Amino acid sequence: MTHDDTQNIPGQESKDHEIYVASQWTLMWRRFRKHRMAMVAGVVLICIYLTGAFCEFLAPNDPNEHNTRLVYAPPQRLRFVGEEGFSLRPFVYGYKSQRDPVTLQRVHTINKEDVRPIRFFVRGHSYRLLGLFETDIHLFGIDEGKVFLLGTDRLGRDMLSRILYGTRISTSIGLIGVFFSLILGIIIGGISGYYGGVVDTVIQRLIEVLRSIPTIPLWMGLSAALPPHWPPLRVYFGITIILSLIGWTGLARVVRSKFISLREEEFVMAAKIGGTKEIRIITHHMVPSFMSHIIASVTLSIPGMILGETSLSFLGLGLRSPVISWGVLMQEAQNVQTVALYPWLLLPTVFVVVTVLAFNFLGDGLRDAADPYGSWGG
Amino acid sequence: MTGYVLRRCLLMIPTVFLISIISFAIMQLPPGDFLTNYMIQLEASGQEVDQAMIEALRMRYGLDRPIYVQYFVWIKSFLRGDFGFSFEWNRPVNQLIWERLALTVAVTAATMLFSWVVAFLIGVYSATHPYSVGDYMATFVGFIGLATPNFMLALVLMWVAYSYFGQSVGGLFSAEFIDAPWSWAKVWDMLKHLWIPVIVIGTSGTAGLIRTLRANLLDELNKPYVVTAVAKGVPKMRVLFKYPVRLALIPFISTVGWSLPGLISGETITSVVLSLPTTGPLLLRALQSQDMYLAGSFIMLLSILTVIGTLISDILLAVTDPRIRFD
Repeated sequence: MTHDDTQNIPGQESKDHEIYVASQWTLMWRRFRKHRMAMVAGVVLICIYLTGAFCEFLAPNDPNEHNTRLVYAPPQRLRFVGEEGFSLRPFVYGYKSQRDPVTLQRVHTINKEDVRPIRFFVRGHSYRLLGLFETDIHLFGIDEGKVFLLGTDRLGRDMLSRILYGTRISTSIGLIGVFFSLILGIIIGGISGYYGGVVDTVIQRLIEVLRSIPTIPLWMGLSAALPPHWPPLRVYFGITIILSLIGWTGLARVVRSKFISLREEEFVMAAKIGGTKEIRIITHHMVPSFMSHIIASVTLSIPGMILGETSLSFLGLGLRSPVISWGVLMQEAQNVQTVALYPWLLLPTVFVVVTVLAFNFLGDGLRDAADPYGSWGG
Repeated sequence: MTGYVLRRCLLMIPTVFLISIISFAIMQLPPGDFLTNYMIQLEASGQEVDQAMIEALRMRYGLDRPIYVQYFVWIKSFLRGDFGFSFEWNRPVNQLIWERLALTVAVTAATMLFSWVVAFLIGVYSATHPYSVGDYMATFVGFIGLATPNFMLALVLMWVAYSYFGQSVGGLFSAEFIDAPWSWAKVWDMLKHLWIPVIVIGTSGTAGLIRTLRANLLDELNKPYVVTAVAKGVPKMRVLFKYPVRLALIPFISTVGWSLPGLISGETITSVVLSLPTTGPLLLRALQSQDMYLAGSFIMLLSILTVIGTLISDILLAVTDPRIRFD
């Protein structure tokens, strides 16, 4: 499928011709586009990462602000139809708070007389957009007081804002962790596959051992060793490195098997005979030819990292308050009695499930698209 | 065959050796050794620190010697069945862990059995009725199971049971059986509690198995020998179960190896949420209080269990699949 092939067939301007001259990436993109679930998942993931990047703008409230008068307030439903009929501008009902005569707890109910229309691009707490511009514009809010579309937690903090802020930490930990394990995987897997022999055997044994240790106990052991006095940012990187210390094995295996199969290919042999340096053969001839597979496996290994962070933080061994991640939020929902009374505390789970599912579908689609023996064409 | 088994057993030795190094490293990672922690703890609670006992312990575990000597001292007593001393519980580790490990094995084995049965039934159905409503439903539920963290599934199940059935689930035994000696009544009681952890831990593994079985069986069903058998009028069920299903079942055995670490992993975190009397909660507490001998022994023994499980599955695979070569 090179230019030479097509030049032998004169006058080809049909679809076939396009396929013959298309680059590998174009072919992959075509196959990928036919995978409808993967396309949807891709769009969902772009939205999720944009949410992570612009969480300050999207979040109506400061995620760390306590509202002592509105502790465990239920979610306010976004409404279009009220007592006065349909309105194009969405609105919410305010809260009516009273003390429960028996438990003396403050109970918040929805007050249907208190209609609060949602306004867009309102001013609220100030923040730096993308760390660059100082601003206080938020996507939406209400005129007076605050809006809690997903309710509040035990300190009266806005769940929606916390989930949106958590998106940044939880999804980026997957990306950074996979980045580290990719580096480890390519280096170690590459050495193993390229040189073979004793080195290969030793590395393969090591990978087997690492894979045979149950991950969660191992993660727990490693993260319990992070000193408790570390600042949040360092804990974040510590957890990322712990996750990738175990995550690299899968990628190393993929890289190794690709190296072994490519080592015997003619184009590598040609480069070798031509006197190309080893490092150039690896970086310029071998790596590009299996990059697509690597991308697919990387995508499939991100959800494991996201779930890993969530599990560790949930157990109290991972990230800790005041850092906001999905796992930290789920920690609030540890107790069944609390969950039974305030089920909206379980909402972060929905975000985790959607993200993990999206990565799985996207990875499946990429894997099929990267397979040169899969069906192609348009 | 005997040679193969022997070789596999010999290969286990370096594996276990590496695992022991990793476990030992985890025990050594937190700053300070456990005796300093122990002394701080004793002093904080206003108790007299018995210097003689501390010195005796220091000598016994060789804490004053270089790290590699410490490793050998530890591994030597580990092999003799002395797993060290738990400072939180003030008891030798091996008095604490065996019952919990046994229950972990019980829960894991039950989970594996559950996922085999469910995956077999759903997988065969999905493959014989591809692209039907049932097939799509199974795929959908499978994906959700794959993507939901175990502990959240546990919480949601507990929440549903608590708020809709008014039943408090969790634990492995009813209150009256917790401290009771083992009896048939206690086993029966455990079986009644077992289903929630089994579902929670098993879901993601089952989903994977269903997908593999479905794919394999679909491939197999399109092969000429199946078509021939159908054309010759062999009853449908017989065609299905005589060869294709048997072939497609191979992943059930071969995946035991890599699904075991996942199951034990899932068991650990699920048992924390459901407060099962298995290894999970004790391991978590040991790690939080830096009771490192207890934690290290758990990680080591759980890993060894996994390695043994993998070995058994490899041998089973060699026995059941005549295409496997022993070299």
